[in-house]
Amino acid sequence: MTKLNPDNINVILATDCGSTTTKAILIEKVDGHYRQTFRGEAPTTVEEPAADVTIGVVNAVTEVGELAGRRLVDDDGHIIRPTSNGDGCDIYISTSSAGGGLQMMVAGVVREMTAASAKRAALGAGAIVMDVIASNDRRLPHQQIQRIRELRPDMILVSGGTDGGNATKVVEIAELIAPAKPQPRFGSEYRMPLIYAGNKDAAPLVEKVFDDSVELSVVPNLRPVLERENLGPARDAIHDLFLEHVMAHAPGYNKLIEWTDAPIMPTPGAVGNILQTIAERQGINAVGVDIGGATTDVFSVFNGTFNRTVSANLGMSYSISNVCAEAAMPNILRWVHIDMDERELRNRVKNKMIRPTTIPQTLDALVFEQAIAREALRLAYKQHKEFATTLKGVQQQRTVGDTFSQELGGQTIVDNMQLDLLVGSGGVLSHAPRMQQTAAMLIDAFQPEGITMLAKDSIFMMPHLGVLSQVHPQAALEVFERDCLVYLGTCIAPKGAGKSGKPCLSYQISGGSLNESGELAFGDLKLFPLAPEETASVTLEPSRGFDVGAGAGKPLTADVKGGTVGLILDGRGRPLAPPTNAAECREAVTSWIGELDLYP
Amino acid sequence: MAQAYTPGLKVTNRLSHRMRRVLPIAGEVKASVGDRVQARDVVAETFMPGDITPVNLSNTLSLPPADVLECMLISEGERVEIGQSLARTKGIFGLFKSEYKSKAAGTVESISNVTGQLIIRGKPLPVQVRAFLAGEVVEVIPNEGVVIEAEVSYVQGIFGIGGETYGSVRMACQQHTDELKADLIKPDMEDCVIVGGARMTGDAVRRAIEVGAAAVISGGMDDQDLRDILGYDLGVAITGSEQIGITLVITEGFGEIAMAKRTFELFSSREAADAAVNGATQIRAGVMRPEIVIPLSEEEKAREVEPEHTAGLLEVGAAVRIIRDPYFGQIGKVAGLPAELTVLNSESMARILEVECESGERVAVPRANVEMIEV
Repeated sequence: MTKLNPDNINVILATDCGSTTTKAILIEKVDGHYRQTFRGEAPTTVEEPAADVTIGVVNAVTEVGELAGRRLVDDDGHIIRPTSNGDGCDIYISTSSAGGGLQMMVAGVVREMTAASAKRAALGAGAIVMDVIASNDRRLPHQQIQRIRELRPDMILVSGGTDGGNATKVVEIAELIAPAKPQPRFGSEYRMPLIYAGNKDAAPLVEKVFDDSVELSVVPNLRPVLERENLGPARDAIHDLFLEHVMAHAPGYNKLIEWTDAPIMPTPGAVGNILQTIAERQGINAVGVDIGGATTDVFSVFNGTFNRTVSANLGMSYSISNVCAEAAMPNILRWVHIDMDERELRNRVKNKMIRPTTIPQTLDALVFEQAIAREALRLAYKQHKEFATTLKGVQQQRTVGDTFSQELGGQTIVDNMQLDLLVGSGGVLSHAPRMQQTAAMLIDAFQPEGITMLAKDSIFMMPHLGVLSQVHPQAALEVFERDCLVYLGTCIAPKGAGKSGKPCLSYQISGGSLNESGELAFGDLKLFPLAPEETASVTLEPSRGFDVGAGAGKPLTADVKGGTVGLILDGRGRPLAPPTNAAECREAVTSWIGELDLYP
Repeated sequence: MAQAYTPGLKVTNRLSHRMRRVLPIAGEVKASVGDRVQARDVVAETFMPGDITPVNLSNTLSLPPADVLECMLISEGERVEIGQSLARTKGIFGLFKSEYKSKAAGTVESISNVTGQLIIRGKPLPVQVRAFLAGEVVEVIPNEGVVIEAEVSYVQGIFGIGGETYGSVRMACQQHTDELKADLIKPDMEDCVIVGGARMTGDAVRRAIEVGAAAVISGGMDDQDLRDILGYDLGVAITGSEQIGITLVITEGFGEIAMAKRTFELFSSREAADAAVNGATQIRAGVMRPEIVIPLSEEEKAREVEPEHTAGLLEVGAAVRIIRDPYFGQIGKVAGLPAELTVLNSESMARILEVECESGERVAVPRANVEMIEV
């Protein structure tokens, strides 16, 4: 890998090798600013018959080159670097989730404490966590061993105990894993990588337990004391082993690793990076979601704390049937305003599962698919909220003042009222024919409270920018702000519940092309046009029992940004609960669809 | 995109087919190059390390872990039986001794003085790989398995449940458009691979299980029936390990859909032949479809080879099947391939193609919603 002075980098080529598609983008310095200029894509070629990821990369890059009028690949099929005479690029970087991404098993002593921290470390590094083994996971030891034997993870992360604390329990966990002899997913050519990030005093004992069948790396404890996590070293070790062992055994990756100017990152790890960087820079709380065919990733940064979850079986094609099974058909159909036959729908869902690449042709197919997306996103966010919590097991000092607010450790840190920016990406959100549909899916599923900006990742560029932020943060930020996000607008939603038709909010909006005032009735939605470059000042006076961010019943004045959809006032209450009576629900949903002009 | 293609499923009367049959872990290969094997023959075998029973003697005998070793009556590597005394405490002045009697049989793998944990490893578990494809062994992969080759009729289904099974082909329907109903399943279909036409009903599947059929193959089935048969709603399309007493394969999709005529005719032409069926399906990276393999007899092999049908490029005249509503299941020929993006009824922009259906109707559908078929 070559080291270049960032000031001399003018042309950046980035690829993301997904399970099905390899996406390439070109970033160029235009008038002193980095801009994303061209993109191309090609089928990923990890599977037979090609079985070489670089073929897909070259195809995608060639397409970008053709569009840009710039030769990026030479006659030998190599990426041309550095730039010369208008050809080639200065750096080339890549992320990868091909072949199912990075799949890990994690273990810890107590499920809610060290095992949860280990899971956070693995997820934060971009892995799919196949299972969490813990002393108190309610399985008997032989059941745990059986499970370890069945799984074929890419690597294992073991933690447990605080530094200087009890060593026995974590050694017990190691003693369960060692005889199970877990097999790595990519065959038997390499030893199973295992990272130990537990009580440092137990490290020599754990080393003794494992024989040569595993490649053991010992890193600093990820929970050195109960009050603090130290996930960095474990995450770094995961990234290193991902490259050294897992990627090196995937077809063609040896070549790709040589080509890139920065280490290849797992795609979700890169998305987490960029979201964290943005939240930090702008001092905001943000949530990002990427809904794919098989999985849904949710990322959040609240008060500087980053969390990521992968809902492995919530997705819009491969996993669509699982969404229906988990959410149950009545929950999906509550978002639908037209007659549909359940038997027919069930068959349609299965047909989409077995032929995942089809797209909705008719309006009712689109309405149904977007209803499923709402439920997939809702379930994924629910899982995220349950996972992104304050540390459990922390001793708390209480005073008399805390008598009535006995907050325990392990409370979710996801607070929709504190959420500033909600970003959606993935086919069903990015390719929705109307922007209002994307906004509506995000609002219905995530139920933001107070004032929240909504955006979508235009062409799923976040992975590329995440890895770029490691080598050229300035370029990554410039592209993120100028080209990556499409701002949909702002949602204002009072938190609380009331009677349908009764006012829940008085508002005054001025700025841009708007000069509006009025009352919002409970159960209603209102849309005001406010263009992407416009901002407006809003004065909100919530009714008793409703909160827009300043406290129940307290007024709030704020500036809000516009977007391709505009300003949405959502008076449907939080938590959002469509009427349980089917006819009333249909009527309500029809009126919301009408107000937002969702469908023709 | 570099190249747009629509993968179809393989349905062929005659094919020189090779299959790799390997163990999940290293073991012994039971066949040699040149051997003729039958579908049910074991071609490779190994023993997985046995199940493990951990016993925390420290807790059980109320001892500090460090003291466990001196109380052991057996040592690492020794064989133990159920009921055998494994450890005995010294007691107080030789009295009040506690003892631990083994609840599992096996070999003592380890005794830890850190945790006081004893690990007993049970008998090795045999893992066998059968030939599945009756034919000739053409390659031996040392310690792993074999590659078998045979001339076969070969059909890939779109979705299946249940694992590998064997039986002779029995046609239950007269036409590829006939629904497979319970009354078409006869008691003499025991151990057979029953072939239907269009949708297989839930009752037909239950009847087939009753008569002891090996497998049922048909064009489609209702998801509601699948749920009733499995007892749960199938969430993720990774199948093959279901234990429902039968293997099911659908060749076209879910709902009211007829088996492709060519597939039906292929099965008809091979009635009474021995077939091997595997319902295992995986619709993820490394896609796996269910398959039916029917080896050809010597007499059939001597017949003239029919030209191979291949699904070519998506071009005018190519045979396609529409795989999404509102025209789901219809078969036709590509009549036009407009280059420009078209707005669909859903308002999505997509590249479309025009299909002239068998009914004569001409319809426009997104290119993503058709699959190439072999005719």
